Amino acid sequence: MTLDIKSIDIQPKRETFGHVARRIGEGKAATRYEEATYDLQATHNFHYRPTYNPKYELYDTDKTAIKMEDWYKFLDPRQYYYSNYVMTRAKQQEVAEQNFTFIEKRDLLSVMPQDVKNEILNHVLPLRHYEWGANMNNLQLVSESYGAAFASASMFHAEDRLGNAQYITRIGLMISENETDVLDNSKEAWLNDASWQPLRKALEDSFVLEDWFELHMVQNIIMDGFIQPLFFNVYEQELNARGGSAQGMMSEFITTWYEESSKWTDKTIEVASSESEENAQLLSSWAIKYIEIMEEATLALAKNIVENPTSTVATIKENLINRLNKNGLKV
Amino acid sequence: MSQNNVMLVLQANEEARPMVEAIQKDNQDAIVENQPAMIKITSPGKLVIKAETMEEIIGREWDPQELQLVLISLAGNVDEDYDHFTIYWDN
Repeated sequence: MTLDIKSIDIQPKRETFGHVARRIGEGKAATRYEEATYDLQATHNFHYRPTYNPKYELYDTDKTAIKMEDWYKFLDPRQYYYSNYVMTRAKQQEVAEQNFTFIEKRDLLSVMPQDVKNEILNHVLPLRHYEWGANMNNLQLVSESYGAAFASASMFHAEDRLGNAQYITRIGLMISENETDVLDNSKEAWLNDASWQPLRKALEDSFVLEDWFELHMVQNIIMDGFIQPLFFNVYEQELNARGGSAQGMMSEFITTWYEESSKWTDKTIEVASSESEENAQLLSSWAIKYIEIMEEATLALAKNIVENPTSTVATIKENLINRLNKNGLKV
Repeated sequence: MSQNNVMLVLQANEEARPMVEAIQKDNQDAIVENQPAMIKITSPGKLVIKAETMEEIIGREWDPQELQLVLISLAGNVDEDYDHFTIYWDN
């Protein structure tokens, strides 16, 4: 005699919220990311216009010249919502902590040549201020952008920038053995050193941009597209040859973060430019304008740190242009 | 269950969902059966999960070994590499 254990399968009445089901199709199971993103932002019945900017409603599609039929096309390819974003970053933070501990334990900084140390303190540490500016810009995107898909990704991006600034600070303090003077000196360089002024001007000009998508383009695509590869890729490879490989270990988070977040920024450009010819033209004109500004600013900084500044910046620019054109622009 | 069907049983959770989606994309004949707390997938002769498809869906790198974390049971010969996980019957 065999016993057959029967299981009853109770079909759930509905798989997800109605507004999510209307987007992904009835009867389909939604991912956590979809449930935490789709149509989260209010669209109707705002009480009154914000007193600080009565030209627009609180959430207004007209705050950028980019036109989209559906603002929820800007889905994050990484599918970050609060809990998986926090878990991912916590894991990366653990790795970074291990790297710092390893460097301290093995005393790796004692073998770093003094001239490399000075170079990092003088020419990399001021990036703290750049990252902090990037944090402000991304918070501006959170407040101005339309649709939760874009706003939530910007919020995570803003927090990441704060993390970058903290890592850069920590690198400075590790190298100087906790002499806080190095932080004052880097602020001094950011404010008064001639080579930092073009970047500082570009960043401070971006603070007052009205159009939020333009701001996203300037900060997260063009400025980062020059600064990150120069400081955390080309320069670090040159440092390896000069006995400064500990720097690459200490800034590993920033490198992996840039690779990962580029997936999101690429996607935003692709979605916006494939929506309409007007969008693509507008984005291309912004890109051309800011690439020119950033090329000069980056060159001024590259002269401090790399062997062949002109060819280095030219290569970085070429890579950035290829990246933009691959995502539907004509630069 | 006929001899020439391969079978894969996964836990019904957030991790398995993109895997099921990837299987449906790459295996036209796969039949997905949602049962309480598990998902049973059968396919005639062969079933492939490609890392490439998974990476497109979840937006990050995916290691086929991650399948083991949600795997309950399978029927078929396994062929596993860094870019795919395949179960098949030789006959």
